[in-house]
This record gives sequence, structure tokens and C-alpha cells, in this order.
Amino acid sequence: MTTLLEPFAYSFFVKGLIVATVAGALCGSIGVFIVLRGMSYIGHGLSHAIFGGFAASSVIGLNYYLGAGLWGLLSALAIQKVSRRRGISADAAIGVITTASFALGIAILTFYGNKGPSFDAALFGSILGVTTTDVWILVGVAVFALLVVTLNYRRLLFTTFDADVAAVSGVNVGHVDALLMLVLSLSILSTLTVIGVTLVAATLVVPAVIARMLTVSFHRMLIISTVIGATSGFVGMNLSYHLDVPSGTTIVLVGAAIFGIVLAVTGGRTLRRTRDLDDVVDLPLVPVPSRNAER
Amino acid sequence: MSTPLIELRQVSFGYDARPVLLDVDLDIQPSSFIGILGPSGSGKTTLLRAILGQIRPQRGSISRAPGTAVSYVPQLETVNWNFPVTVGQCVLMSRIGKRLVPWASPAERRLVTQVLDRLGIADLQDRHIRDLSGGQQQRMFIARALLRDPSLLLLDEPTSGVDVATRHEVLHLLQDLNSDGIAIILTTHDLNGLAAHLPELVALRTRILARGTPEDVVKPWVLEQVFGARMEVLQHLGMPVVVDPFAADRRAG
Repeated sequence: MTTLLEPFAYSFFVKGLIVATVAGALCGSIGVFIVLRGMSYIGHGLSHAIFGGFAASSVIGLNYYLGAGLWGLLSALAIQKVSRRRGISADAAIGVITTASFALGIAILTFYGNKGPSFDAALFGSILGVTTTDVWILVGVAVFALLVVTLNYRRLLFTTFDADVAAVSGVNVGHVDALLMLVLSLSILSTLTVIGVTLVAATLVVPAVIARMLTVSFHRMLIISTVIGATSGFVGMNLSYHLDVPSGTTIVLVGAAIFGIVLAVTGGRTLRRTRDLDDVVDLPLVPVPSRNAER
Repeated sequence: MSTPLIELRQVSFGYDARPVLLDVDLDIQPSSFIGILGPSGSGKTTLLRAILGQIRPQRGSISRAPGTAVSYVPQLETVNWNFPVTVGQCVLMSRIGKRLVPWASPAERRLVTQVLDRLGIADLQDRHIRDLSGGQQQRMFIARALLRDPSLLLLDEPTSGVDVATRHEVLHLLQDLNSDGIAIILTTHDLNGLAAHLPELVALRTRILARGTPEDVVKPWVLEQVFGARMEVLQHLGMPVVVDPFAADRRAG
């Protein structure tokens, strides 16, 4: 017991634990919308895109949150804009835009060197790099995300389920998409310090997929995913300290372990519910084949 | 004749210089029950989008009478049936901007129950949308559309991919709604199953080629122009029945 409580004596750990738990809850909740929109890959892509902003802001001496945040938001909006057009899938849009941004970031750092936060911490996450400012920024982003989801719940749900019908029912789909991309960019940006570029996508996707396996109700999925995200963050951060492994790694592994347990307990029966999660939900007003293929 | 809910005058629209609608004139009256008849690519969906205000005509004009509320029912085949949403949650989606908090108010819950009750599926509120029959799924989306209290209901291929019993169920439901004062426009390429039972048809292939009752529109020469294939039309109990002559020839010979 003493060993388990030992890290709580260190303020850096407590700050890291708060950030990991809040970040897990934040990514868990936003991840529900991302996963159901068939944009699971966006977390991976956007974190890489933000790395381009990280590099650029480091070189020109701009605040990391401002530079990388703006960069990430513009990338997210570009992805959303391109993928809403007929003829190009969301995954293709994400692949083109974000890998180009990541490559640009590496090129900038190769030319000018890193003058900002640690390169390794940005890639893999570190509890040592968490400052009090990071904690407050993350709490601010979490409160903002909570407000956005609460006040726009039905619009977000409607556009996620069926953007075309939402649009003709009076929802400003472009506005809702932009708002979600803003929250997503801010969430990734404020969690990168602990989880890292390479693993942040998993914190968006894994809790939402587990939650989908456990419920057929949207609001329950939102709650379950948030709780699983927070639990993964809390447990993962503790494991990170005791096993001396980067925090992003343990947080993601805890999520994966929960996935494995749910899969084992349900005997894979609920896995079919996740089948369409890689399809873009934004379906056009034209016929597409296969209805109720599995009833 | 009363003031039309929607008036289309010489409406033309195209994608990448390819015309999809040409010089379309259409009046939609408060009592209208019209089937837009045509094959895939004939401009049916584009016409619906124009009526919905989703696209602006490149030529011509579309006017809507003040206070006209239009609701849209999507094609069942375009719906993601794996989406984690129950019938009640799906219907409630159309209550946009009515409330600042996510959960439904007691008044909203009553409203949802009322509209589902009207459509005979009030007891299915807590079911997942996948766990409904085709007819119940169609009723659910109609319930979502009705929650907006529309004067005009647009349905995209409402009987596509459903069985005969569901087709009858949907048709009778739409007839009831029309009797209750809701104008109905639907698209279909189902000649015998749906089009022949509607009070009014518009045959569309980029242009409107014919308009009137099924007896006026379901004619061999019209069908050949619209569908690009020769078809025979028989009469059965005063209704036109379309026969594919190639299938009949194969069977005979």
C-alpha cells in the first residue's frame, strides 16, 4: 500500500496524474463523436499535424499552445472540408493533409533544430514535462469541451448520425463540424505532453470502441467512454511511475487491457456493433447498397 | 386552387456542365400527394434537394410560401443501422435548438410518445434502431420528420428495398398523413408497387416528361422515354400494370 501511495508525495506525479485522468476523460468523450463519424484515423493524423505546428512554433519562438493549436485547427478544418466533399474519403483527406504537416515539422526541426519543448516528450509523452500551466490549460479545455458537448448535444448527435438530414432540418452542419474540430484540436494539443503524438489517437479511439461494445444507447456510450478514458489515464499513469515506462504507453495499454477484458467477458458477441465504425457516416442523398446486412 | 406551398419555375441545375434538371415547372399544393417517377440518375434526388433548399437552381426560381415547414425522410438504405441510438433518441434529434441541456424535458418526452403513438410504435421507444422491421424503421423516420410539424413531407424512395407488406404499410400511412393535411412528395422507380397507387405522378428524366394520374402517366411511350426501355402496360381493376416484355418473351419462348 505504501508503495502504491509513494508517488503521490511528488508534485510532478500528482500533476501528471490529474492531466492523465482529465485527458483520458476528455479524449474518451470527444472520441465517441470521432469514432462514430468514421474518422478514427483523425486523432492519429491530427496529432502528427500538430507536430508540424510544434516544430514551426519552436523555430519562430511562438508559444507552443498558440502555434501548434492554430496549426492543428487549420489542419482539422481542412480535413473536415475535404472529407465532406463527395469523392474523397475522410481517411484519404487525413492521410494527405496530416502526413504532409508531420513531414514539414521534421524538415523544419532538421533545418533549424529544436528550440522549444522536448522532442521525445512530444512524441511519446512524459509526466516530467507537466507544468502547472499545462494542468490549468487542460482543465480549461475540458470545461470548454463539456460546455460545447452539452450545449450542442443534439446538433452533434444529429450531424454525426446523418449530416444531410441534419442540414435540411436546420442544423448548420459546417458550424457544428468546425466546433467539433476545434474541441478535438484543443484536446489533442493539451494532452500531447503526457500521452505523446504517437499514442494520442488510441486515447480517442479505444474507450469509444469499448463503450460501443457495451451499449446501444448514444448517451450511455458517451458516459462509459468518458469513464473508461479517465480510468485508463489514472491507472496508466500509476503504472508508468511503478514500471518506469513512458506514460503514453501505459495509458494506452490499460485501455487495450480493458478492451481485452470486455471482449473476453462478452465472448465477442458485441464486437459486431463496431463493424461500421470505419465507415464515413456522412452519407449522401443517393442510394448505397446493403441494408441490414446483419439483422 | 389554394396558394402553392412551393413553386418551381423553369428550374435548371447541373453538375460539371452536365444538366440534371432542365426547365422544371412544379407547383406543390397543401393537398398534394405526388410521386416523382424516374430511374437512377434521372434527377429525382436533385429535385428533392432543390425543394429542400439544399441546392440553388442555376436558372429559374423556387419560391416557398411563408410558414411552409418541410421535413425530409431519408432512404432507409443510406442509414447507418449500427449507430448507437434508440428509437426515442432518433426521433428527438429533430428538436434542434429547443433546449440547452441534452436530456429531454417531460413535455418533449410526451411529444415523442404522442407522435410515436400516432404511428403505432410508441412501445418501441427504447429499442435500438436496428431491432425494428422495415416498416417500423420507416415509421420512426416519419415520426422524426413529423416532430417538426411539417406542412410538406419529402421522402426519398420510401419503399426501396422493403417487402410487399411493408410497402402497403408505408403507402397507407402516407395516405393517412396526406388526409391529415400534410403535402407529400416522394421519389420512386417502383412502377407497380407504388407509383400506380399514387394520386399524381410526375415522370422525370432531366425534364418533366409527363404529369397527371397514373392512368395519364403510366403509358408505354412515357415509360420508354423515362426508363429507356420498352414496356407494356395492362389494365387491372382500373389500375395500370407494367409488364416487362423481355421477361414475358423469355418466359413464353
